[in-house]
Amino acid sequence: MNRLETKHLTLSYDGTPIIKDLYLALPSQQITALVGPNGCGKSTLLRGLARLLKPRRGTVYLDGAEISKLSTKAVAKRLGILPQSPIAPEGLTVRDLVAQGRYPYQNWLQQWSKQDEEMVAWALDLSGMTEFADRALDHLSGGQRQRAWIAMALAQDTEILLLDEPTTFLDLAHQIDILELLLQLNQTQDRTIIMVLHDLNQAARYADNMVVIQQGEIYDQGRPKQVMTEAMVSNVFGVNSRIVPDPVVGTPMCVPLSRRTAGKELRD
Amino acid sequence: MGLAVGVLILLLCVVGNLALGVSDIPLAEVYRAFVAYDGSTEHLIIRTIRLPRSLIATFVGAALAVAGAIMQGLTRNPVASPGILGVTAGASLAVVITTFLLNAESLGFYVWFAFIGAAITAIGVYFLGSLGPGGLTPINLTIAGAALTEFLSSITSGILIVSQQTLDQVRFWLAGSLAGRDLDLFWQVLPYFILGLLLALGLGRQLTMLSLGEDVAKGLGQRTIFVKITAAVSVVLLAGASVAIAGPIIFIGLIIPHITRALIGVDYRWLLPYAAIFGAIFLLLADLAARLLFQPQEIPVGLVMPLIGAPFFIHLVRSQVKR
Repeated sequence: MNRLETKHLTLSYDGTPIIKDLYLALPSQQITALVGPNGCGKSTLLRGLARLLKPRRGTVYLDGAEISKLSTKAVAKRLGILPQSPIAPEGLTVRDLVAQGRYPYQNWLQQWSKQDEEMVAWALDLSGMTEFADRALDHLSGGQRQRAWIAMALAQDTEILLLDEPTTFLDLAHQIDILELLLQLNQTQDRTIIMVLHDLNQAARYADNMVVIQQGEIYDQGRPKQVMTEAMVSNVFGVNSRIVPDPVVGTPMCVPLSRRTAGKELRD
Repeated sequence: MGLAVGVLILLLCVVGNLALGVSDIPLAEVYRAFVAYDGSTEHLIIRTIRLPRSLIATFVGAALAVAGAIMQGLTRNPVASPGILGVTAGASLAVVITTFLLNAESLGFYVWFAFIGAAITAIGVYFLGSLGPGGLTPINLTIAGAALTEFLSSITSGILIVSQQTLDQVRFWLAGSLAGRDLDLFWQVLPYFILGLLLALGLGRQLTMLSLGEDVAKGLGQRTIFVKITAAVSVVLLAGASVAIAGPIIFIGLIIPHITRALIGVDYRWLLPYAAIFGAIFLLLADLAARLLFQPQEIPVGLVMPLIGAPFFIHLVRSQVKR
């Protein structure tokens, strides 16, 4: 079952189309990685999927219903989004940030319930942030801060989680930390995870499904083993490479050789 | 708990504001002026001069502080406030134009022009600020506000040079003064203060979310457009009503939110009510200082503000405004 789908989706910024007439179905309970070169439109696509950007044409469907016609609060109970490098006001504590994730479940009558309290505690625990709960965000390391934001998204308790480059600006240990946390969420809680990733090898290793975007269109999609080919890396990223199996888990791994010279080899 | 203490201190300041002044009136007499009014000079001073003044200081202080806190949250700009972003200047110009053209006497009438002036300026600053390189950055917004303030103030000056009569009517008001308003005027703007404050306090939760960024707030299911419009209406009501009754009093909307944030934190559910209380206390004390410092001469409280505000503003710009 695919809970999130697009048909004819065209997204634009200031009149310039970034995503063009896109048909995409995102498989449920899987990890999907959106990859592509800078400026290909993958972040724009993610914002469009999360109804943060209004489509110029076409539609995003959530569980078969047009996402723009659902109440935004109802959407927020099913789909969470973590934008790229979000900034919190100085002095905000981790607990206060995570508590914001409960907003979709509250209203004028029901301000803060026992369940909200439990979900916040659960999210803090799962993301390993319980011991930092009362610290201000701006006093934490980059990796801890990112975990706090993910904890907020967890407290939102959505089956679908969209993340825009969750590992950017983190050192390797923290990158692995975040990706393992997302993998754990997917495997133990059946959450659907859709994320923009910069690192092809990380995408191939952690994703069940890879979507390669080139200039606003889908170049290819499917299992990393099918998608991650030398031809794809050459055509989309303009880099000559060898694809070898990862020596530990066997997923495809890209070893870049050199920058391709103006598409010569392919034409020959 | 903290709020209760705040309210208590506020009440003490109101009492102090009633009791202290150029003519010494003992506390017992202040009390009797309310419960056993006998028409004596002292009672008259308390009821017709000092009471309106204290009430106005309380509400104007609260309104400007809350308006500043909202503006800083909405624009994510540490130096945003009704004064810096030109809203005060816009409302002032509107009041001066109204006085000049219509010779309006009734405050209930020209408060509407203050709202219109405040609203137009707010939209103008927003628009001008987004034209600069990089869009609506704190620095662009601040420059747009400064430019518009200068522009509007020069038109105000122009009108006052042309029309001696208008100048005479608004001279004291224009310096930002709480003196010489009778209680009637206060009752006329009170509903707008209350409406503006209620709107603002009702938005606390939403503003905290919005301060995490528009995408985060939208992603959590907030209708950000609705929140922003409501917040802007509240700012226009609070700043416009303040200007209409007390003239342009600047810097309070800048300073108080920062002090409140340092003491209370960044959650707007608490930040806003505390800012209201601190703003009221601050203006009551500043007004008292304006009354007592150069006895028997009084200076308008609007002239005291920059003495405290200007150094604070420079400190903020140096430490907090990033491109």
